[in-house]
Amino acid sequence: MSLMTLRDLTVRRGECPVVDHVSLSVSEGECIGLIGPNGAGKTTLMRAALGLLPASGESTLAALPAPERARTAAWMPQAREIAWPVTVERLIALGRIPHLPRGARLRSQDRAAVEAAIARMGLDSYRARTATQLSGGEQARVLIARALAQETPLLLADEPIAGLDPAHQIATMEVFADLAREGRSVIVSLHDLGAAARHCTRLLMMERGRLVADGPPGAVLTPGNVDRVFGVSAYYEDTAQGPVFQPLQVTR
Amino acid sequence: MRLALGLVLLVAVLFVLSLLSGQAPVGAGDSLKALIAGDGTPLSVVMREIRLPRALLAAMIGAVLGQSGAAMQGYLRNPLAEPGLIGISGASALGAVLAIQTGLSLMFPLALPLAALGMAVLAVLLILALAGPRGASITLILAGIAISALAGALTSLALNLSPNPFAAADIVFWMMGSLADRSFTHVWLAAPFMAVGALLLASLGRGLDALTLGEDAAEALGIGLSGLRLRLILGTAACVGAATAVAGAIGFVGLVVPHLLRPAVGARPSALLWASALGGAAMVLAADIAVRELLPARDLKLGVLMALVGAPLFLHLIYKTRKEMA
Amino acid sequence: MWGCVRPSRIITLLAALVLTGAAAVAEAAPKRVVSVNLCTDQLALMLAAPGQIVSLSRLSHDPDSSSMAKAARAFPTNGSGAEEVYLLKPDLVLAGTFTAATTVQMLRDLGIRVELFAPARSLEDVPARLAQMGAALGREAEAEAMIATFRADLARLTTPPGRRPRAALYYVNSYTVGDRTLAGDILRVAGFDNIAAEAGLERGGTLALEQLVMLAPEVIVSGRDYPGQARAEEVLSHPALRALPGTRVAGTLTDRDWICGTPLVLTAVEKMRDLRLSLEAGE
Repeated sequence: MSLMTLRDLTVRRGECPVVDHVSLSVSEGECIGLIGPNGAGKTTLMRAALGLLPASGESTLAALPAPERARTAAWMPQAREIAWPVTVERLIALGRIPHLPRGARLRSQDRAAVEAAIARMGLDSYRARTATQLSGGEQARVLIARALAQETPLLLADEPIAGLDPAHQIATMEVFADLAREGRSVIVSLHDLGAAARHCTRLLMMERGRLVADGPPGAVLTPGNVDRVFGVSAYYEDTAQGPVFQPLQVTR
Repeated sequence: MRLALGLVLLVAVLFVLSLLSGQAPVGAGDSLKALIAGDGTPLSVVMREIRLPRALLAAMIGAVLGQSGAAMQGYLRNPLAEPGLIGISGASALGAVLAIQTGLSLMFPLALPLAALGMAVLAVLLILALAGPRGASITLILAGIAISALAGALTSLALNLSPNPFAAADIVFWMMGSLADRSFTHVWLAAPFMAVGALLLASLGRGLDALTLGEDAAEALGIGLSGLRLRLILGTAACVGAATAVAGAIGFVGLVVPHLLRPAVGARPSALLWASALGGAAMVLAADIAVRELLPARDLKLGVLMALVGAPLFLHLIYKTRKEMA
Repeated sequence: MWGCVRPSRIITLLAALVLTGAAAVAEAAPKRVVSVNLCTDQLALMLAAPGQIVSLSRLSHDPDSSSMAKAARAFPTNGSGAEEVYLLKPDLVLAGTFTAATTVQMLRDLGIRVELFAPARSLEDVPARLAQMGAALGREAEAEAMIATFRADLARLTTPPGRRPRAALYYVNSYTVGDRTLAGDILRVAGFDNIAAEAGLERGGTLALEQLVMLAPEVIVSGRDYPGQARAEEVLSHPALRALPGTRVAGTLTDRDWICGTPLVLTAVEKMRDLRLSLEAGE
């Protein structure tokens, strides 16, 4: 069953297409890494798919009415805004907003979802702390937990592991991979190609607004693609501990 | 819950104290009996026609000013946003003065709050346009200064051009605000607009909570941002417009109250809405009691007291913001 | 050299001297009078000889402010500024003691005689102002006659009443005046007791609405409705004033009858007296 389908999605800024006729389909159980150089249009693609930007073409997600869309897909933007000094627990609970009837307090199922998200991201000792006083990396984990608490079939995250230490980077990517194994789907945009190779089941490579490669990591991260799109040479090997990918030199 | 009960109790106590505060040197028991009896004695007239509407207005005005301050801060994600500071009260006063000076309010009494509301809508639109969604403090305050200055200048001009010799002195009332000698006429004039405005603002709770995560995330959580903005504009304009039309520009309530109560509600914007309403009512009631008790012989304007409390707090907030930005 | 001058010459010289001297004495009656104050406008209109007045202040034409607006319209007006007045080449300027001191000083510095009239603070001041105006204009006889008429009319209107009803004078911005003012004196002579005395106010001062209601006078004489609007006027229509069962709001404190110390204040005295009589009749 398709969770989201894009057909010829195009976003223009003036004359220039920032996202250029992108078509793809996302089904259950996928952990998708969205990769591409700076300015390739990754963020714009995700926002347009969610309907947060005006775009031509089709997005099944954007076509949904806002409340239903909020129950279908969770979005974690790149700008990690936390406007007020709320506790971590309260911040995570904001993810339940699409499920709450008007003016309702948290019900038992909402609390359960919040607990699950806290457990998954290992934030139990952070519950009562003020979110704005945490470090950047800790805030990122809290915001991911918020998206998890939303309990949607689809999760879109814009550079969620940027700024996290290695342990938490791996742990977070494993959370996403687990979600995929449980039948949900995740689309994360990444700059860390190594993490993308190791944890994602499918990669989408973008270049100048166009989707130039779509498939499993091995098929996408070919030396030709990596050189043409990223301008680097890289070491790639399928090891006993899974794929290892390491950019080596700038080729341009 | 405890907070809610505490605030409600505070408002109730201050309401009663407000009824007992004034020029007439009568005991508390007699005053309250006269209020209930309504037997046409001078004391009863004082209680029912002068003190009761004054106390009601103080509570209503404080509530809507507190609530609209919390709403603006929640939307702009900026603790310095406040209807008085960003020029909405000043614009409302201009609208009210124009309605009075052109004689419109004589022909059609509702013209007074409507004119104030209209100018308030303009001011809110201007602020949102100038300060933008990512309203940084600097831009916001500058926009507010500009709008306040313009509204104040036009108000002074309108009053100076009036053939009435007392119009020019009215400027003090409009700029500083006062609840002296208000009657039930004013209560009925302002109440419907304040009620509508308060309801509109109350409906913003969920959206403001979601905005904690920023506009993008809030929209993805299913919050319709343009609808939210519209309700904010209309709600704030109705509340502040009506309040200013009957009592002049009373500033700082929307700044002080949310700031004081934010820690008590865990910084949740939705909770801050109702808490600031109660807190605002308490603050204005307390100030109105103070102006009558501290200097009974002189007509101390309400706004003076508000400014004495609010301006130092404003300076403190600016200092804090500066440190955070550094 | 006496032998060289002819006698007819000497007589001409002497005659010239005498005539000049006489002219110097007769110079006391000013020929070009400019008034820059509403009250002096009206006093001058009453006492001046034809052709003496050159200009009156603008307020004299306003029927709300001036009792003699019709008579005043025969004369041009001035804006009470020194430049305008100077260009009219007056030999006497009539002003009030509250006319801007800078204007008065400038006129005096320019060599013009300025006569200052204090505002009346009681009915007794009216004869004094009339006398002062008569002296200034050289019309003492007319002033005497007017004073006599005034005293007679006042005596006629002053009859000690049976009971003195309690009254309040209430102006814009909750202002009231006591017995030691012209308005207060009018009220007193008409047979009322001014409650300002109960509130401890002898001259003018603010009387809070609450205090006014607690004092519950039988009559509240309210300030006039000025042109244009001001929020300050709202207190005059406060519902509390009409909610007191034993109190009525009656009469208007018009500027034209109540402010200036001219014999026309008797119009106000008469209106107030009639009000009192109607109260007594209504009881």
